[in-house]
Amino acid sequence: MDPPSSLKLLGSWADSHTHRVQLALKLKGLEFEYQEEDVINPSPALLLHNPIYKKVPVLLHSDRPVVESVVILQYIDETWADNPIMPSDPFERAVARFWCHFAEDKLAPAVGAVFSSSGEGQKAAVDQVHDNLKLLERELRDGAFKGQRFFGGEKIGLLDIVLGCGSYWLAVFEEVMEVKLVDPGTFPVFHAWLKDFEEQNEVKETIPAIDKLLEYARGIRQMMLRLSNGTSTTVPATAGTTGAINVAVDGSSG
Amino acid sequence: MADQPKEVKLYGNEFSGYATMVHSALKLKGVAYEYVKEDLQNKSEELLRLNPVYKKVPVLVVDGEPIAESLVILQYIDDVWKNPPLLPEDPYKRAKVQFWADYVYHKLAPPASGIRRSEGDARKKAEEEFVANLITMEDGIREELWSAGGSFINGEKPGLLDVIMGSCYKGLKYLEDVAGVKLVEKDRTPLLCSCMEAFAELDVVKRP
Repeated sequence: MDPPSSLKLLGSWADSHTHRVQLALKLKGLEFEYQEEDVINPSPALLLHNPIYKKVPVLLHSDRPVVESVVILQYIDETWADNPIMPSDPFERAVARFWCHFAEDKLAPAVGAVFSSSGEGQKAAVDQVHDNLKLLERELRDGAFKGQRFFGGEKIGLLDIVLGCGSYWLAVFEEVMEVKLVDPGTFPVFHAWLKDFEEQNEVKETIPAIDKLLEYARGIRQMMLRLSNGTSTTVPATAGTTGAINVAVDGSSG
Repeated sequence: MADQPKEVKLYGNEFSGYATMVHSALKLKGVAYEYVKEDLQNKSEELLRLNPVYKKVPVLVVDGEPIAESLVILQYIDDVWKNPPLLPEDPYKRAKVQFWADYVYHKLAPPASGIRRSEGDARKKAEEEFVANLITMEDGIREELWSAGGSFINGEKPGLLDVIMGSCYKGLKYLEDVAGVKLVEKDRTPLLCSCMEAFAELDVVKRP
């Protein structure tokens, strides 16, 4: 009988940060146990292992918790050396880390704002997403990632995982919100990278089917619109859905 | 082992705690570098070209190639110049250090900013948040990282968290004056106090 895996992942099926960890573990060929968390009602285990943020994902390795998806990815890479996720060159590592920070700090909130706003506010959010995608497009076309198939080179790496697990929301929001976010004419290299990423076997096994994501997003959007009636309300956190669906819905800001 | 860069330049400003972190790390590692002082009210074309995404200091330019974002820069410095190491060898301990480094940026920096920028009730709220989060960090580090011995979080010698907190010490003291409130108290957060005070006493920090 196989010994129980020393790896356990607390996650949520629609959470892009959870997908990052699942994908990394798959790419490394690591077996793990998965526990689905209700992000609105975190389990005692989640509260115990991530008392500060109370969020998924949490990776337990021999019962020791690692939290924060980008930290988890680097932990996995340092602990299991095969199929590296991080570049070996220090400067390339810095570049990857910088754009991971950008993805969390600028891109994800902008995408989340598209989802949670309407009218003029939404238009501004869409413009923000475009501005951020322009920066990535430029880097792919002429900058640090020029001529590469993936951000990680010939194979998927840290930045592909971080950007890719979350970028599928772009297509979902385009449909649910009826906006154009990734026009292949404006962002040809980014668009091509995303399609290529989504075709990888391990990615297809990790990311939920688009109709499930659409249904989920529509449900959240309807709830937000019902709650938004000129007053400020906080929509329950769906941790890391785009990194930013935990928002205050304020009807007046549109 | 990585080839050592030939030319290292730091774009910064003495009022930026983040730039101070990079100065400290470079000096601790004995790295020779050129310092370019930026006027934060009137940023140079060069800075805007080197950091088009954030347009901020610090930026470390290594053989002509820029790296921005202080935490990214600090990790780069530790990757290239090995001694003394700022991060532990053990991956689990490294993950803990990275967690707490992120915590400073996400849970301490924003209320500190709030204290600086607001007044009245809003400022009081920011102060309370800052102190509560600092205590959380003290407790967390004691539990997860610190083993008694040495004034630093890292032990006898400063590590990444000591560089980060130590480099914010002056800025915190300034905030305390501005706000008229004690943010860092020995009986509340003794470990963080001792690491910041010890850091301020380091030769590399005292020497300009």
